[in-house]
Amino acid sequence: MYKVEVIVNYKPGILNPEAKTINNALHSLGYDSIEGVKAGKFFELDFPEDMEESEVEKIADEVCDKLLSNPVIEDYTFKIAKES
Amino acid sequence: MKKVGVLVFPGSNCDYDAYYAVKKVLKQEAEFIWHKDTKLRYYDAIIIPGGFSYGDYLRAGAIAQFSPIMERVIEFAENGKPVIGICNGFQILLEMDLLPGALITNDHLKFRCDDIYLKVTNNNTNFTSKFNKKQIIKLPIAHQSGNYYAEDKVIQKLEDENRIVFKYCDAEGQITEEANPNGSLKNIAGIINEEGNVLGMMPHPERAMEPILESTDGVAIFESLLEI
Repeated sequence: MYKVEVIVNYKPGILNPEAKTINNALHSLGYDSIEGVKAGKFFELDFPEDMEESEVEKIADEVCDKLLSNPVIEDYTFKIAKES
Repeated sequence: MKKVGVLVFPGSNCDYDAYYAVKKVLKQEAEFIWHKDTKLRYYDAIIIPGGFSYGDYLRAGAIAQFSPIMERVIEFAENGKPVIGICNGFQILLEMDLLPGALITNDHLKFRCDDIYLKVTNNNTNFTSKFNKKQIIKLPIAHQSGNYYAEDKVIQKLEDENRIVFKYCDAEGQITEEANPNGSLKNIAGIINEEGNVLGMMPHPERAMEPILESTDGVAIFESLLEI
């Protein structure tokens, strides 16, 4: 089986109020050494193992662009792992 | 008699308000359209109402954009017919790319339910022709993701083409940071597409249709839309 791990995060420069709030909370807990926090979304997509990896990559890229992220505000990355 | 279609998704919750506004207040025809439908009957306008379509999962409006009926709605809009998206409907229009930009979480993170003031910054549209120039109106808002964002060049284009229709302001009409309820760039509350037949707005005109609701400023939007 292929496992595709997708991370979607805000583009640099776009205000992410959740991350900012988490950052503030960490600082109020005394973790002042933390300089910044990013908070995005994580998805795992499973594909059958008899597929070509190139096809898995093509579909993963397509769904990231079409549904899992909003290209106006978000970037995405993914990595493909084959598990037996 | 004009006829309006009101889309209904799982999680829509302003659909009946929009229906009531058209049917009972304006005395025109209104019909619900289920999101799984694949055909559109004849309508003079379509309303994409507020609510939490698909539970706002993934992003507000992200999943609703792929409902079967939306292909017909895109055709309807491309034929120049008026479409208005209110609140979650605005979020859906942005996800569908019928309007530019995105609505992100309010800068203060809270769900804000309040009456706010708006300046009608363009009264020369299909949706605002019954307002006076720069009229100050009062409408309710109720959202957590109403923080309008777009790249600088998109904002510039919207401004150059006079496509920002409503801006958040104070009771005197001053467009200030304090009057901005969600962090939207340039206090943007509503925009139209290039052709001028698609409007998206965060405030709820359908909730300001009768004196008992403390504002009737929503009426002019529906009257403009239906040219009545």
